[in-house]
Amino acid sequence: MLSFLIRRILQTVPIVLAVVLVIFVLFSVVPGSIASTADDGRGPTDPQVVERMKKQLGLDDPVYIRFGKYIASLAKGDFGTSFRTREPVTSMIAKRMWPTLQLIFAAIAFAIAIGVPLGFIAALRPGGIVDTVSMVVAVSGLSIAKFWLGLLLMYVFALKLGWLPSFGYGDGGLKYLILPAVSLGVSPMALLARTTRAAVLEIMTADFVRTARSKGMSETRLVRWHVMRNALVLILTTVGLQFGALMGQAVVVEKLFSWPGIGSLLVDSVLQRDIPAVQGSILVVVLFFLTINTLIDVLYGVIDPRIRYA
Amino acid sequence: MFKKIAIVVGLGLALSATAEAQTPRKGGTIRMTAPYGSSFTSMDIHTSPRAQDEIYAKALHRSLYIWNSAEGKPVLELAKEDIVSGGGLVHTFKLRDDVYFHHGRRMTADDIIWSYNRIIDGSKAYPGARFVRVIEGAAEVEKGQAKEISGLKKIDDFTLEMKLTEKVDPGFYFFNAITSIYPADEAAKEGFIQKPIGLGPFKFVEHVPGSRVVLERWEKFYKPGKPYADKLIISLMSEAAARDVAFRNKEIDTSVLGPAQYLAYQADPALKSTIVEVAEVFTRYMGMNPSFKPFADKRVRQAINHAIDADLIINKLVKGKAYRATSWLPLTSPAYDKAMKPYAFDPAKAKQLLADAGYPNGFEFEWTTSQNESWGLPIVEAIIPMLDRVGIKVKVKQVETAVLAEAIRKGDFQAYIYSQATGPDPQAALKCFHSSTPQSACNYMSFKNADFDKALDQAGQTDAPEQRVALLQKANALLQDEAPVWFFNYNKAVMAVQPWLKGIQLNATELTHQNVEDLWVDETSPAK
Repeated sequence: MLSFLIRRILQTVPIVLAVVLVIFVLFSVVPGSIASTADDGRGPTDPQVVERMKKQLGLDDPVYIRFGKYIASLAKGDFGTSFRTREPVTSMIAKRMWPTLQLIFAAIAFAIAIGVPLGFIAALRPGGIVDTVSMVVAVSGLSIAKFWLGLLLMYVFALKLGWLPSFGYGDGGLKYLILPAVSLGVSPMALLARTTRAAVLEIMTADFVRTARSKGMSETRLVRWHVMRNALVLILTTVGLQFGALMGQAVVVEKLFSWPGIGSLLVDSVLQRDIPAVQGSILVVVLFFLTINTLIDVLYGVIDPRIRYA
Repeated sequence: MFKKIAIVVGLGLALSATAEAQTPRKGGTIRMTAPYGSSFTSMDIHTSPRAQDEIYAKALHRSLYIWNSAEGKPVLELAKEDIVSGGGLVHTFKLRDDVYFHHGRRMTADDIIWSYNRIIDGSKAYPGARFVRVIEGAAEVEKGQAKEISGLKKIDDFTLEMKLTEKVDPGFYFFNAITSIYPADEAAKEGFIQKPIGLGPFKFVEHVPGSRVVLERWEKFYKPGKPYADKLIISLMSEAAARDVAFRNKEIDTSVLGPAQYLAYQADPALKSTIVEVAEVFTRYMGMNPSFKPFADKRVRQAINHAIDADLIINKLVKGKAYRATSWLPLTSPAYDKAMKPYAFDPAKAKQLLADAGYPNGFEFEWTTSQNESWGLPIVEAIIPMLDRVGIKVKVKQVETAVLAEAIRKGDFQAYIYSQATGPDPQAALKCFHSSTPQSACNYMSFKNADFDKALDQAGQTDAPEQRVALLQKANALLQDEAPVWFFNYNKAVMAVQPWLKGIQLNATELTHQNVEDLWVDETSPAK
């Protein structure tokens, strides 16, 4: 198992390096710089400050020198200093990491809690009323825009019912988390419901299920011991992919609900060309995605030993 | 003058008038919003000129001067008196002796000198350097040729002498939060940004990046009885729709409105009375580059001003959330000329002017624009058919705001549409068109006109306020005639204010920038 884990971790190294290169090159060639946004339209641009800022931030250096400096800093675990706030990027990201993780884990928990049982129930009685309703819900959940859903939830649960606050982080408590987590979690919930249904339907017609039935195994035992375990690989794959995707999708929800996560940091950093903060934030998202996928791979090995030895 | 021409509409005026008539209530929490982004740039306000950051900084910090919305000008804040000598170049400030930083130490002249030296430090490139540079010897410090600003001299702890390089009103240079006064001893320490100390009416409690800043009353604030509120919460809310729900749900006390919401709030009897509005000192315009041959001809530029129905765009597209521009200086500028009329919408005249200029069949130009709803792509799209009617074709080049700003500064455009601060100091606003101002500074259209320069120079030299205003009006009129830009509109800033929040000031420099010590909430506020 250890060698499997080491192998998987080593495989992520070239991916991380490639991502670092792509992000760096992309934001080096994109037009506009922090110096251009320095005046915020509130006054005439001060060319002296702009030039000093460029010099101070190293924006005048050739790309390859900047890349060299960046890689050297990264190797020491230093993401650089934010152009905007003049704070270390690691410290900025650290402050935003927990709210984003809170949001994503809550959204995934919601998606699993609703989506997986819904998919199972639908698959066990295909064509029935539960199946039809749950799939309508699933398709709607996949189609609905997060921004619009978030506004709808705010309108109903904050404005009309008065049950929950419409925005903000508060003390990070549950009442502030529910609406953004549901907004973010509806789409993976729908996907999980459809994936689970499809997986269960396929497994139910497999040879080993027919054999188990012919041996007189009860339906409950059959679903628990054979169907669920085999469906888990596909469900886990979907959950893993959604974890990474949610990190990106959280941008919209965080902005809408004034949730202090990495997404809103990323948006503001992009708009103001705060390149170190953008690079750091994207890198963290990528590392998170890779970590979750590695963990999922490890879990595959636990669930299905054949994968470990493949 | 400024007050007289300030545009105050409907119940916004009634709201503030009522507030003045009532006795302010002590206590409670004020819940403001910061609508221009999902974060504050920094808790070190010297590093950021953004309007967003000044919202919290107005509560936490203080500058030598402060903007007085009622008088429409900067007034002394940290000093009791300014004695002017040396032909208007030497200012001797008698500082207040009752001003305390949030850690309890009294402010002295040393703190002001230290703060201005910090801002001008060339190795840091602080944006406030543009203001401090007006002090004699500041430019040398910026270039690393001197260690301290020679034009700042401490007479005693509470007397400061400031020598300027130009005869200007220092109020316009030292009222912004980016020139806030920091405590010399504390601000040099590393942890200052995490827990900033200022002179403002509220002291720092917490900053949750991307969510809010919380401040509480500073008991030793120098204005007796103020601030009124115990606590101030500033929530970061960049999404207009989310602000709308939160405002209706009474979770926030103020909300900046965009064109669509402005219309909706006006139509809703329950919300109409919450609207306050003011003409801000921002002019929206299309800049024309004279290095593009057709735009070098004044008649072509005038033709464009006649060809576009600006009133139609303002009424239909901007939903009335703007005032028609006549020239460069905005309505709330002390040098605005009420008698001046805007360019009339007259396509026939536009065609004639184009023909006179040698373009009877028009021409094509590239128009660089951002996506901004009030001064970007939607406006450009509305104008295209209007220009087409007089034979002018437009090729749209859409870019991000950051890219647009860079293109403008570099002169890399044929035409662009933008919003630019045109106040509060009319002299500084018009100086952008002075031939001595570099293109990269703010003379984006590389404007050159000897008569304009003369009028502006004379305005800078005169000591008679009325003569100064007359000269600035003359320069502004010359600008209208020369039409280096298409004069579109002046921004109408609109904010919804809950009925329990009193004392809102109609700040023409930026409506969200409130002197929060004057705000108070009555007992109907749902906030504890």
